[in-house]
Amino acid sequence: MKKMTVLVCLLLAFGITLGADSTVLLNAAGATFPAAIYTKWFDLYHAKHSDVQINYQPVGSGAGIRQLQAGTVDFGASDQPMTDDQLAQSKMKVLHFPTVLGAVVPIYNISGVSAELSFTQKALAGIYLGSITKWNDPEITRANSGINLPAQDIVVVHRSDGSGTSFIWTDFLSKVSPDWKNKVGSGTSPNWPVGLGGPRNDGVSGLVKQTPNSIGYVELVYAVQNNIAYGKVQNAAGKFIKADLTSVTAAAASMKGMPDDFRVSITNAPGPGAYPISSFTWLLIPAQIQDTAKRNAIKGFLAWMLADGQDYNEGLTYAKLPKNVIAKESKAISQIQ
Amino acid sequence: MSSTATTFDSAAPRKTGPHAFIWRLRNGDQVAHIVTLVFAASILLITSLVVYELWINSHLSRAKFGWTFFWTRTWDPIFDNFGALPYIYGTLVTSAVALVIAVPLGLAAATFLAELAPRTLSDGIAFLIDLLAAVPSVIYGLLGIFVVVPLMRTVIGPALKTAFGFLPIFQGPNYGVGFLTAGIILAIMVVPFIISVSREVLLTVPRDQREAALALGATRWEATWKVVIPWARAGIMGSVFLALARALGETMAVTMVIGNANNISVSLFSPGDTIASTIANQFGEAAGDLYLSALVELGLVLFLITFILNGLAQLMIIATERGRGRA
Repeated sequence: MKKMTVLVCLLLAFGITLGADSTVLLNAAGATFPAAIYTKWFDLYHAKHSDVQINYQPVGSGAGIRQLQAGTVDFGASDQPMTDDQLAQSKMKVLHFPTVLGAVVPIYNISGVSAELSFTQKALAGIYLGSITKWNDPEITRANSGINLPAQDIVVVHRSDGSGTSFIWTDFLSKVSPDWKNKVGSGTSPNWPVGLGGPRNDGVSGLVKQTPNSIGYVELVYAVQNNIAYGKVQNAAGKFIKADLTSVTAAAASMKGMPDDFRVSITNAPGPGAYPISSFTWLLIPAQIQDTAKRNAIKGFLAWMLADGQDYNEGLTYAKLPKNVIAKESKAISQIQ
Repeated sequence: MSSTATTFDSAAPRKTGPHAFIWRLRNGDQVAHIVTLVFAASILLITSLVVYELWINSHLSRAKFGWTFFWTRTWDPIFDNFGALPYIYGTLVTSAVALVIAVPLGLAAATFLAELAPRTLSDGIAFLIDLLAAVPSVIYGLLGIFVVVPLMRTVIGPALKTAFGFLPIFQGPNYGVGFLTAGIILAIMVVPFIISVSREVLLTVPRDQREAALALGATRWEATWKVVIPWARAGIMGSVFLALARALGETMAVTMVIGNANNISVSLFSPGDTIASTIANQFGEAAGDLYLSALVELGLVLFLITFILNGLAQLMIIATERGRGRA
């Protein structure tokens, strides 16, 4: 009788594990910026392919890369491509797949000014370096003729937490200002020369809203969803562009020569209609995946993401990938083995 | 019974001999002794484990920077140059401001509740104060952002400047966020600890001490200030150091109101940052071994500061007690 019970239990256990094998469970972690669209995609993909379930944790790009290295997740996500150093130290070969486009916009709160401001590249760099200290500085006023800017000190606001948004902002400033590049550089937690820090987009926008004569930067998605007024930025072609889905996609499309590993920065893109503070965000996929079921699931998801998935971007205020990038990525999926 | 008998005999308990240990175990005493010893040791073990992990994981940063980590002012994750001085300064300044505000307030409130208020009122208010201690720190952070920061920028800051503007601690631009705001929020958070512990301690002061003072002609105030409070001194100091320990480690509430700037400035209106706030802000996105190691070393530094301050606290309490014993 006892042996019978044991046998039945063993059979049940086998049966359950066999049954479980038919669902492929993938774990992913990383960037917070695209978390909204990723969650939507993974839900939609699961609805179409009920045997694939992908679980995503927006813990931050840095943590995502760490977890990928530690093997606790199947793939990661990052707003910043892995650096050459990181790739050299990586335990496995990692492929980068761009998914959506994002942008960072300047927000401000100036007493007595409700018009939309335009910022030259030198103006933004100077403000954040601390060399431009007053709102009526000639570098700012010459792009805003007709707007009466006060002779008040500029209160600079930046992110206090490490963030991909800061990376995109500082990457842009490094490209347009050699001074910035030498003194500060680009990264998720730069050594800001001046300014107050607020945690996350809502911290920055809260500080800017409360503090008179202040300037800060937030993600385009956040500004649009919360109806926050933001300014125009001058691009490499000299035009003042307001960030929106078209200008962000234009920035990606205008980049000549996308590298094969997709690790490229599209800030300060050359196109006439390009918004200069745009960026890709990437999924980090290991080049070698042992488990066949997982490999096929990831490859299937990527193919779907590049085709149908992109249709959902604009609904959530993320910009679509340009066609040339999609074509190149679709070919690159075969590199996953 | 021969002296070499090896069987138990509960009618004749043995305190010595080969089976005495097992007998005590059976009796329950030794079990209780061992269990409580294990639990006490496990606390020491966990603390040692924490220190060990902090030490090991900060290895890269300690090797590269050595002692200069304590007095370097730069914190640059991009050029890999790390120094803890601004954060040590921020931690100590905000905690000092918090104590300067909270200790007189807390002690006065505790004295009122223990000495002057009727017992039912005292118990009722003490209950509310304990509730205050249980509020999560994020709520205090929100209170800070929505109430204290605008108040500081529009009302408190200008008032302090007009009244005490000659002091260097009240000079400089006032953004609303800064050391003073963080200190105020911390004070609100630690005051319940001071009040509830001090009140308990004051209530244990024997009645005859008070009565003796009053009998000798002291006024009510003199009896309280010169007899009751000195008697409870050790307990009150204990509550202050408990408050200090909370203030040193407070993360969420501080990071929302301190301005998160890498700054060392005498002015209390200036924005700054603390160790706990920096670690909380940067650990999630930190990539790169040296960067992570530097953040862990910051944690080690905070542990060291807390350890040193608590050690001083214990010494001070011992010295006070010894002083009283002699008198």
